[in-house]
Amino acid sequence: MTTELRTLLGDTVTRLFTDLCTKELIESAEKGAWPEKLWRALEEGGLTLPLLSEARGGAGGVWRDAHVVVRAAGRHAAPVPLAETIVASGLLAGAGLDVPLGPLTLAPVHRDERLTLARVSGAWRMRGTASRVPWGGAAGHVVIVADADGRTMVALAAREAARVIPDRNLALEPRDTLVFDDAPVLAAAPAAAGIGAGAVTLHGALVRAAQMAGALDSLLEQSVRYATERRQFGRPIGNFQAIQHQLAVLAGHAAAASIAAERAFAAAEAGDPTFEVAVAKVRAGEAAGIAAAIAHQVHGAIGFTYEHSLHFATRRLWSWRAEFGSESYWAEELGRRVTSRGADRLWPDLTAR
Amino acid sequence: MATFHFDLTELPRETEALRVDVREFLRESLGDRAPQRRAPSWSGFDRAFSRRVGARGWIGMTWPKRYGGHERTFLERYIVLEEMLAAGAPVGAHWIADRQSGPLLLRFGTEAQRERFLPAVTRGELAFAIGMSEPDSGSDLASIRTRAVRADGGYVVNGTKVWTSGAHLADYAIALFRTAVVPDKKHEGLSQFLVDLKTPGVTIRPIIDLAGEHHFNEVVFQDAFVPEDMRVGGEGDGWKQVTTELAFERSGPERYLSSFALVTELLREVARRPTDRGLAAVGRLVAHLATLRQMSLSVAGMLQASANPNLEAALVKDVGTGFEQEIPEIVHALLDLEPTIDTGTELQQTLGYLVQRAPSFSLRGGTREVLRGIIARGLGLR
Repeated sequence: MTTELRTLLGDTVTRLFTDLCTKELIESAEKGAWPEKLWRALEEGGLTLPLLSEARGGAGGVWRDAHVVVRAAGRHAAPVPLAETIVASGLLAGAGLDVPLGPLTLAPVHRDERLTLARVSGAWRMRGTASRVPWGGAAGHVVIVADADGRTMVALAAREAARVIPDRNLALEPRDTLVFDDAPVLAAAPAAAGIGAGAVTLHGALVRAAQMAGALDSLLEQSVRYATERRQFGRPIGNFQAIQHQLAVLAGHAAAASIAAERAFAAAEAGDPTFEVAVAKVRAGEAAGIAAAIAHQVHGAIGFTYEHSLHFATRRLWSWRAEFGSESYWAEELGRRVTSRGADRLWPDLTAR
Repeated sequence: MATFHFDLTELPRETEALRVDVREFLRESLGDRAPQRRAPSWSGFDRAFSRRVGARGWIGMTWPKRYGGHERTFLERYIVLEEMLAAGAPVGAHWIADRQSGPLLLRFGTEAQRERFLPAVTRGELAFAIGMSEPDSGSDLASIRTRAVRADGGYVVNGTKVWTSGAHLADYAIALFRTAVVPDKKHEGLSQFLVDLKTPGVTIRPIIDLAGEHHFNEVVFQDAFVPEDMRVGGEGDGWKQVTTELAFERSGPERYLSSFALVTELLREVARRPTDRGLAAVGRLVAHLATLRQMSLSVAGMLQASANPNLEAALVKDVGTGFEQEIPEIVHALLDLEPTIDTGTELQQTLGYLVQRAPSFSLRGGTREVLRGIIARGLGLR
């Protein structure tokens, strides 16, 4: 997709979220309602499968197109597993499997959890427990990365195949436990080359970084707007240097997270993006903590209420920064990489990417 | 609300050969120079080195050939800059002219000024200093009082500039003087001039910094004569020009690479005795470094696209200097190590040097507070 088309895609998806992803919709989703209308609009708009070829029913795009969609979903706090569906469909397609319609999720999302795929009288069966699965109870299908006979497999199971124990994150997004007890599998195939057991963590971190970049944009925009509208001591609080400088810091973090995330998507297009994903998850995670604190400070007490919309972004940031590997996990991963290469390789490696 | 947008900028593959050339050149020129000697980076002043850089065609890279430039892209220039900084090369004798004095003359200078000064700059033979701050005018630059009064064939200048880095080594300064006093309109009546630092009536006195080093100077003008043809741009256009010049000043990768020698030495130490805490700290630094590089590259991309990156440059400098200053803090948090001057390991000496330099990172080229004001204006708050 050309840059121009990508800008067009950004406009389309922004319009859709602005129209449909209202405060009321997010609130009802937080009470447990599935936003079917929003999901259908995304699906009909061809926005749920940007990575799939047109022959497979997708938009024939690349990771940088997916970035536009995922970032916008984060910007608008869209309460649907859009990012998860995009990653899951990519894994399925990479393994040569057909992608079903409807919302998809991924399992296991925890690095130390494993699901086992085994052949039982000629048919694949899934066994094991996966916790904190995004929209585990609401997704139509689960895409599982599991080891079988010493190789990494991608498997597709109907959500009904698993027992669901509901749970949620700080943003009240479903994070359910799925229990597979020799559950039937609809399809399974060896994963694409280069896709290992860490693929879910890696791609999960990639999309969360872009969602965080989107949410940080929302924080900046809401905070700047509030600072120009709210008046104290006879003038907008944004006239005070103390507020201006805090918002400048917020802008710096938002911009840094944004380019780090976009860079990671570009790297995913070119090959193994582990380095760039680690960079993006660390940078966006750090930005999330600082920016959320500033946004709340600028908003004062009103921003601390459920009635105000600020928390849709801040609660997501607080959860997302820790999902698919926190800053400490990815920073250590990066630290191990660069130290194993040696100090004198740091600059050449950095500039070679 | 105006937003900051940093477009992802990819370096074209064909620029790789240039990077290889620069690295080879730096290996030959710097040899196994110790990290504490690389740490001064663009504060290091070495005319012989600058002449060699000029001979390779790496000064004034984007300028027109008729002025000695090389008509290469801003991205190619970016590669040369970042390689020089990462290696801690002593680029000070050509850095200011390449970064801001030359571009200022290209934008606002007369044809005669360009022909006279730019070719020598590109050869690495002409060093520039910046005459902006005064004893009573720092962040409030428009309040400067040094007067340039019309005289036969030019101007007579009286007043004092301070913090003029490298004035004792440079050949010329581009200085901002008041040519007219307009009551209640301090931004008016300012003009920029090319000043030969050997002009009679110009006295340069050292200001020793807290580390005992001589970078800064006080430059005193006592009835110093500056010819008419050395005025840069129109009389009274100084404020508009100087803000453009400051944008040039802030646009480069030197605003996040000042402590790079310390990053490398810290990494070396953590690699020797890895701990989870050490690995995470180094990993985090690398995440910041990689991100700042993308932001800086994006600013170079904007320059290449003839876009105005004023706001983005201010933002990268604010984020970048914060990062540079944090590095000594991280070293202290991780390692039981005394910073030293003359003895100790290379890491200790590099730390000793940068601990003392770090406060200046968020002062030079516009304080953190000034930058955040610029960013806030970009956000529509001022």
